[in-house]
Amino acid sequence: MEKQAVQRAREAFLAGRSRPLEFRVQQLKSLQRMITDRQGEIATALKQDINRSQYDTPLFELIGLENEISLAVSKLAQWAAPRPVERNLLTISDQAYIQPEPLGVVLIIGAWNYPWALTLQPLVGAIAAGNAAVVKPSELSEYSASLLKALLPRYLDQELYPVVCGGVSETQELLRQRFDHVFYTGNSTVGKLVMEAAARHLTPVTLELGGKSPCYIDKDVDLRVACRRITWGKFVNCGQTCIAPDYILCEPSIQNRVVEGIRQTLLEFYGPDPKSSPDYGRIINQRHFNRLMTLLEGYTATVGGQSDSSQRYIAPTVVKDVPPQARLMQEEIFGPLLPIVTVSDIDDAIHFINEREKPLALYVFSSNKKVIKRMLAETTSGGVTVNDVIMHYTLNSLPFGGVGQSGTGRYHGKHTFDQFSHHRACLVKSLGMEDVNMVRYPPQNRQKVRRVRLAMRTPLVDFSKGTYIWAVTASIVALGLLVALTVILILAAGVSCTCL
Amino acid sequence: MNTPLDSCVLNALRATFRSGVTFPEQFRMTQLQNLLYLVEENEQLIQDALHKDLHKPKFESVLSEIQITLNDLYFAMENLRTWMQPEYNIGKNLATRMDDCFIRREPLGVVLIIGAWNYPLHLILLPLVAAIAAGNCAILKPSEICQATEQLLAELIPKYLSQDCYAVLCGGAEDTKSLLKNKFDHIFYTGSQVVARSILLAAAPHLTPVTLELGGKSPCFIYGHIDIQKAAKRLCWSKFFNTGQSCVAPDYVLCTAQTRDALLPALRETLRTFYGPDPGASLDMGRIVTPHHWRRLMDMLEKSKGKVVIGGESREEDRYIAPTVLVDVQESDALMQEEIFGPILPILTIESLEEGIDYINRQEKPLALYVFSDETSVVTTVLNNTSSGGFCGNDGIVHMALPGLPFGGVGASGMGSYHGRWGFETFSHRRGCMNRSWLLERVNVLRYPPYSDYNLGWLRWATTFKKNSWGGCSVM
Repeated sequence: MEKQAVQRAREAFLAGRSRPLEFRVQQLKSLQRMITDRQGEIATALKQDINRSQYDTPLFELIGLENEISLAVSKLAQWAAPRPVERNLLTISDQAYIQPEPLGVVLIIGAWNYPWALTLQPLVGAIAAGNAAVVKPSELSEYSASLLKALLPRYLDQELYPVVCGGVSETQELLRQRFDHVFYTGNSTVGKLVMEAAARHLTPVTLELGGKSPCYIDKDVDLRVACRRITWGKFVNCGQTCIAPDYILCEPSIQNRVVEGIRQTLLEFYGPDPKSSPDYGRIINQRHFNRLMTLLEGYTATVGGQSDSSQRYIAPTVVKDVPPQARLMQEEIFGPLLPIVTVSDIDDAIHFINEREKPLALYVFSSNKKVIKRMLAETTSGGVTVNDVIMHYTLNSLPFGGVGQSGTGRYHGKHTFDQFSHHRACLVKSLGMEDVNMVRYPPQNRQKVRRVRLAMRTPLVDFSKGTYIWAVTASIVALGLLVALTVILILAAGVSCTCL
Repeated sequence: MNTPLDSCVLNALRATFRSGVTFPEQFRMTQLQNLLYLVEENEQLIQDALHKDLHKPKFESVLSEIQITLNDLYFAMENLRTWMQPEYNIGKNLATRMDDCFIRREPLGVVLIIGAWNYPLHLILLPLVAAIAAGNCAILKPSEICQATEQLLAELIPKYLSQDCYAVLCGGAEDTKSLLKNKFDHIFYTGSQVVARSILLAAAPHLTPVTLELGGKSPCFIYGHIDIQKAAKRLCWSKFFNTGQSCVAPDYVLCTAQTRDALLPALRETLRTFYGPDPGASLDMGRIVTPHHWRRLMDMLEKSKGKVVIGGESREEDRYIAPTVLVDVQESDALMQEEIFGPILPILTIESLEEGIDYINRQEKPLALYVFSDETSVVTTVLNNTSSGGFCGNDGIVHMALPGLPFGGVGASGMGSYHGRWGFETFSHRRGCMNRSWLLERVNVLRYPPYSDYNLGWLRWATTFKKNSWGGCSVM
């Protein structure tokens, strides 16, 4: 069944249907309508999947998606147009440009934590770039997956953008097929398997993975605001966000105040009993619930710690003084548990971060520009937000993606379009100027070699500082000479002038 | 080369990278400058090595190995500062108006560059230029087939470049396999599809990103109204340069019978002008790289059902094959099953442009595609209905000499690209950074629980993409 869906998508792509810009825009607008018309159903599915509050849905999934679609519709002509490049002497009369082209049939494997955003946002870029796309939503968010399977064919071209649902074996079957690009959001274990499967067909991949995103809090900072922002980013979607601040690094002297700041904020956000707050989520399934409870074993929570297995509820939990070798610090938490690890200073913090795998996001809270600069310059991560969390995800002109174990490739906004395009280098010459070309043909001699070396030189115009200074000085001198010459001529002609 | 040595070298390079010494602009500039001296001061040695390995004529060595490397170096040094600057000119929205948003380009770490044998110098040095410019450490693994060049690189690189940051490891297929067991931060490979697959499979467990510069059968249309003499010259030049052993050489020609009949005398005349009556005696004609490759080409030629109309001569002792052209070659011919990579040019006859395009689209996407035609509509039709790594109209190969154009394949011809700025981007991580202001916390309050319709309404208004604004925002 998977094979047939891919086959049909390929035939539809080869027929050329997905290429015309008008078609792409029409499909994107249709997708937009689907989101607007079906918001209620989507919210219901998310509530059933992950107890998502009715406000979190538009906030975290739909507004972003709508914006991506609007941006793509508005800018598509610009993105898809040829992009001219700098030429050299040999190519001065030619057309040299990069033409973005569709890749073909792409595979998009979604994730369960933001099942609509993480599945459909890549799809927006894939459609915009003119591809066909097989969409495989995560089976862990089963209500969303079923709803997507029911809805998408009603709004989009059924052959070009089929939805394939299923579990591990269906995904494996899909991965045996040949695609022109595979876009996967999820964990690194499966990421490696996806890359391996794609390797057999020499298929390029984009992997949006995760990791432990550190959050460093400097001591001279407005802790009230910092803690509020961190609490928001950590506990939204019950901590099940790939760019949630995974753990806090701070000096021992401020640890207690940090804990207090978080405790107070939690009260403001969810009240004294988060379990009864409509705004607090649940863990996706029993397996993840058990995994998280195991991580907490042997540690006493400073804040929270309560749980209810029947509801897959874990209270927003903070643990102080966590040792680096604790289980909590060995894997991405992906839940509402927030360990605090103490470090002696910024050097210690940087060292701690660099000893570990490159994370998807890095956060630093500081009022000290030097601290921020050092953090940025001496560490690496997929992305960074300074003095807040998560927000770099929200600006679609910033590329969103990982590095090292946190992923490969990037997307959002135009970056998605570029990721799903082939950037074809095009040089269109004329058969004229053949005399210039003669230098490169055999039989060869030293003179020809010299001429060819000169003709190949780029850049064409010397924009170096020296030349700039020369140009400005020469212009001033020339202007001065012109003025002087004019004055002399006027004097010589004996013309009286009141300005002299 | 054995595993403990690779790991030692790799660990040393990793330690150097961690120290941050490759990050500053000055360091990168110095290394690029030193690489420039390496090439400039050893031109003769390089030419000699290339001649020994590939019987490469001096002209080809200068043009396609030395000068292209020097150009890329000049280009990188001239633009390095600009490339390294954080990119600030990106769209912001209402919610992020007060914030500092920028994209940093950061080094990846220790990268592995595997060279190829057909242009053993530039195919390993151009990626190295990009890797150095992007602030990485690098291990170079030159092709063992070109032993003179391999040894020269192993000798010169440590002499000119920092030995703490860049190492050359020599060895064969087995050694490369064991090298690949280690973790790298990027692997850059130029070569064949078969090996590319095993490289990707080795990279997957480490989640290492890979750039693959492969090949394929690059088709060449000669169609419609065209000055056949000029076209023949450019075709011959690009086909027989480096004895046809270029990944972007026009592999085969597609044209009508009429064009073919006009083309053949033009080809004959051009070849005579280029190489004289006996190309085997011309100093400007190269040789096949190894007896094994010579045998492969001769097998293809022998099995071919096409008719040899030009050339066909060969000599096993010095691995010579004359510039050879065949006609009446069918899709099923032995010459049409794999990339030729030699001085053999099959001509396939087509009745229409569509037939040619259909044929091309039935094959794997090639690394390059060529069209010779005076008619813009022909060029446009082919461009719009096919895909390829790169494209050149009315010439061959030269599109790869323009550093502004990305050089790379698509589908079976490769993934990723380099040359000029594209190389710098390949070996960098683009880190999206947002430096939020402490102000406007009152606006931030809109996003916090307890949620309400009121807050959501305002947030929606503040964050919805407006047609004339720059960029959009998903969640404020």
